[in-house]
Amino acid sequence: MTTTFTLDDMRSIMGGCAGVPDTIDLGDDIGEVSFVDLGYDSLAVLEMAARIQQQLGVRIPDDAVDEMKTPQAAVDYVNRRLAD
Amino acid sequence: MNLTGTRPTARRRTRARPGARPAPRTRRGRRVVITGMGVTAPGGIGVKAFWDLLTAGRTATRAISLFDATGFRSRIAAECDFDPAAQGLSPQEIRRMDRAAQLGVVSAREALADSGLGAAEPPPERLGVTIGSAVGCTMGLEEEYVVLSDGGRNWLVDPAYGVPQLYGYMVPSTIATEIAWAGGAEGPVALISTGCTAGLDSIGHGYQLVKEGSADAVVAGATDAPISPITVACFDAIKATSPSNDDPEHASRPFDLDRNGFVLGEGCAILILEEREAALRRGARVYAEIVGFASRSNAYHMTGLKPDGREMAEAIRAAMRQAKLRPDDVDYINAHGSGTRQNDRHETAAFKSALGDRAYEVPVSSIKSMIGHSLGAIGSIEVAACALAIKHNVVPPTANLHTADPECDLDYVPLTAREQPVDVVLSVGSGFGGFQTAMLLARDQGDTGRRGDHHD
Amino acid sequence: MTEATRRAGPRPVVTGIGVAAPNGLGTQAYWAATLDGKSGIGRITRFDAERYPVHVAGEVSEFDDTEHVPSRLAVQTDHWSHLGLTAADMALQDAGVQPAELPEYEMAVVTASSSGGTEFGQREIEKLWSQGPEYVGVYQSIAWFYAATTGQISIRHGMRGPCGVICAEQAGGLDVLAQARRLLRQDATVVVTGGTDASLCPYGLVAQISTGLLSPRDDPERAYLPFDADACGYVPGEGGAMLIVEDQATARARGARPYGAITGYAATFDPRPEPGREPRSNLGRAIALALKEARVTPEQVDVVFADALGVRESDLAEARAISAVFGPYGVPVTAPKTMTGRLYAGGAALDVATALLAIRDGVIPPTVGVRAADPACELDLVRSAARDGPVRNALVLARGHGGFNAALLVTAP
Repeated sequence: MTTTFTLDDMRSIMGGCAGVPDTIDLGDDIGEVSFVDLGYDSLAVLEMAARIQQQLGVRIPDDAVDEMKTPQAAVDYVNRRLAD
Repeated sequence: MNLTGTRPTARRRTRARPGARPAPRTRRGRRVVITGMGVTAPGGIGVKAFWDLLTAGRTATRAISLFDATGFRSRIAAECDFDPAAQGLSPQEIRRMDRAAQLGVVSAREALADSGLGAAEPPPERLGVTIGSAVGCTMGLEEEYVVLSDGGRNWLVDPAYGVPQLYGYMVPSTIATEIAWAGGAEGPVALISTGCTAGLDSIGHGYQLVKEGSADAVVAGATDAPISPITVACFDAIKATSPSNDDPEHASRPFDLDRNGFVLGEGCAILILEEREAALRRGARVYAEIVGFASRSNAYHMTGLKPDGREMAEAIRAAMRQAKLRPDDVDYINAHGSGTRQNDRHETAAFKSALGDRAYEVPVSSIKSMIGHSLGAIGSIEVAACALAIKHNVVPPTANLHTADPECDLDYVPLTAREQPVDVVLSVGSGFGGFQTAMLLARDQGDTGRRGDHHD
Repeated sequence: MTEATRRAGPRPVVTGIGVAAPNGLGTQAYWAATLDGKSGIGRITRFDAERYPVHVAGEVSEFDDTEHVPSRLAVQTDHWSHLGLTAADMALQDAGVQPAELPEYEMAVVTASSSGGTEFGQREIEKLWSQGPEYVGVYQSIAWFYAATTGQISIRHGMRGPCGVICAEQAGGLDVLAQARRLLRQDATVVVTGGTDASLCPYGLVAQISTGLLSPRDDPERAYLPFDADACGYVPGEGGAMLIVEDQATARARGARPYGAITGYAATFDPRPEPGREPRSNLGRAIALALKEARVTPEQVDVVFADALGVRESDLAEARAISAVFGPYGVPVTAPKTMTGRLYAGGAALDVATALLAIRDGVIPPTVGVRAADPACELDLVRSAARDGPVRNALVLARGHGGFNAALLVTAP
């Protein structure tokens, strides 16, 4: 069974575990905007990664978290791992 | 190896100091000296064991034994081999007190005995208590939670299993209460909880109480016993602690290129602070004088640090101004040196910014390389180490420092303790919440640098 | 600050008040309710407290965490910090302080907390024990510990001065004001201070129950009756107050109108109670020292805001301490906390806010619920209705679990 992790899934994880910055609407075209520019710091990204690991059972090593600079990068990483 | 017997018989200065050091001679008002000390640290109980460990450069970090850490990211810690009964606590005291309070009371008793203060000296209403702790009685809170929630099963925890001391665990001020009782203090008592700078801030608070005349002596220090699952897990979550589980003895690597996080520790140090004139009148032995204390906040991030060390540098400058000392006067810097990538870079920059070229000459070391990072307690333990450095004219080393980091390019006293004249010491701390604190100790002017006889 | 004023010592004044109390969110709502004798004590709604022996508490029911705190900040902080951040915002606004315009190192934050982020902590510790360590969230490391509120206020407003956190249970709410004053004598010019507490979650409540001091009564009007012959313990609450403390000269220079000045303070500690011997209280010494420092005679004190634990022996000890200084029935005494429950560190800070409002409006707010004053407590208790009359000096008392005593005098500007 192959599941696909979508940007909407990512949006829901972001808002759910790290809150929504005042300045953005998560429904906007945010895929390629960096987490920093969106208002999410490194702790927020760590929290998102932890929730993804638990919800999808995908292991995300420390280095990979460092590489997840945008929501789309996170989505792509997760889908690559799901396809493995 | 104990280096105290081999120190030089005469003081020698390695560099010229223009004029006499003005600080202690011109400052007005009440002055504050350290006249007693008690330490419970990983690697040994008591001041002597503590200093032996530091001067030998031994590390006390190991696999966690206080609970089963299987499944945790970081499974190492610097633990105290602490048996409360063997340390003289009664069965009721042991039942009533969380481990942090136990460490505190044992160290307070050692410090009071060391100071030579008699009963009712000073009178109880003139004796204060200022204790730092970052996480208070978490260990007790967690142990009781596990029972009340039946292993985390029930949000609506079962009141039938509540122990009488449960509220005492929830309010960390209980630790200050226990220490006030141990010392018979009836003056101002406070628990200071500025996270990982609490141990410096609590001594700073006590220093101010004596200086302003609210107390004549203060039992000041800090204690933390955070090696319990919830605290280990919360640092796991932010990857702040070292995952070097295969090599615990070498896991705490401040300023080393291969450092990968701090190693959680536990412990306590308590100092007796006294108004200097009164201390001298009663013939007290003086370890050192506290000559400066200042704190600043970075207002930047709860855990993140900017690389420039700007606010820590400002705290150092403020403490130096207060002490009327110049960068050239500083003989040793006891660094926060937690061993996280960002911290060690941050404070290296702060030292350079505050002390200029002197930063490259003055020895800097982190005793967290040996006894780990005991959160709120470590600041007081480090001040104790600084006072001992002055007393013995020995700078403790940074253990495990083998590979230089180009971003950390100061003299960190790798591996081996160094004998040298130590008259003025700077100790700094940095903590979650953005707190940055600096404290300056100086050899008391009546002390000629000969070996004292505390704890000898 | 000039060298001359530094030598003479600044006169610390309170220029801003922010309140998050069970009977009113915001200073105006709180003060109106308090003068009317309207209580905020009611059935616990934050969780199902049915199985516990305590069913009533003072909840800040109007407070909506998601409405009052920005979402990104709300996820990483406990309810206790939400209340503190909100009160700090209100206080800064009230004082007219624009942090961006002030020197960063001269602004400090010193808050009191007695129990930290208890509810957040219970949620995370539950995840740990029910699911495993990897389920503990990243924010546990910054939300639960006692320094969270101070740190977050400092970050939110760019305050880079000497920040601090004091824990002395209820007494901590006064100790922080003394620390704020100390900082004004050093490098600070504006200090955000005060405290909040919020431990109305199951584990927090059970911990509070363990002292045996909580009222078991379900009737909100009869549950918390300090100095009453029918006293049966206290009602716990959540919330507190934040205050802006600055030097009178700098406050004047920017045209701010102070509520009052902090003119006296002292902290003492009780000796360890010994079995079979009557406990000795040092509260009276704290009162005497605070008045002495302010150079105010007992006759000049217009009202005492009592600690009012609602436990007979404690009430008696406090009444004796007050009578020893002021004489029996010698000074109006009140406990508006009968309308909020005990808010611990937040409670003492709220009492200071209330005392300052009493000074501003020349009216002493009432103690509600007390019908049959305990004759052993020789106090002129301001009961049932507010009492008009000029208030120039107001004394606030606070005792913290384990032996802490603090007394703070505020004086009309």
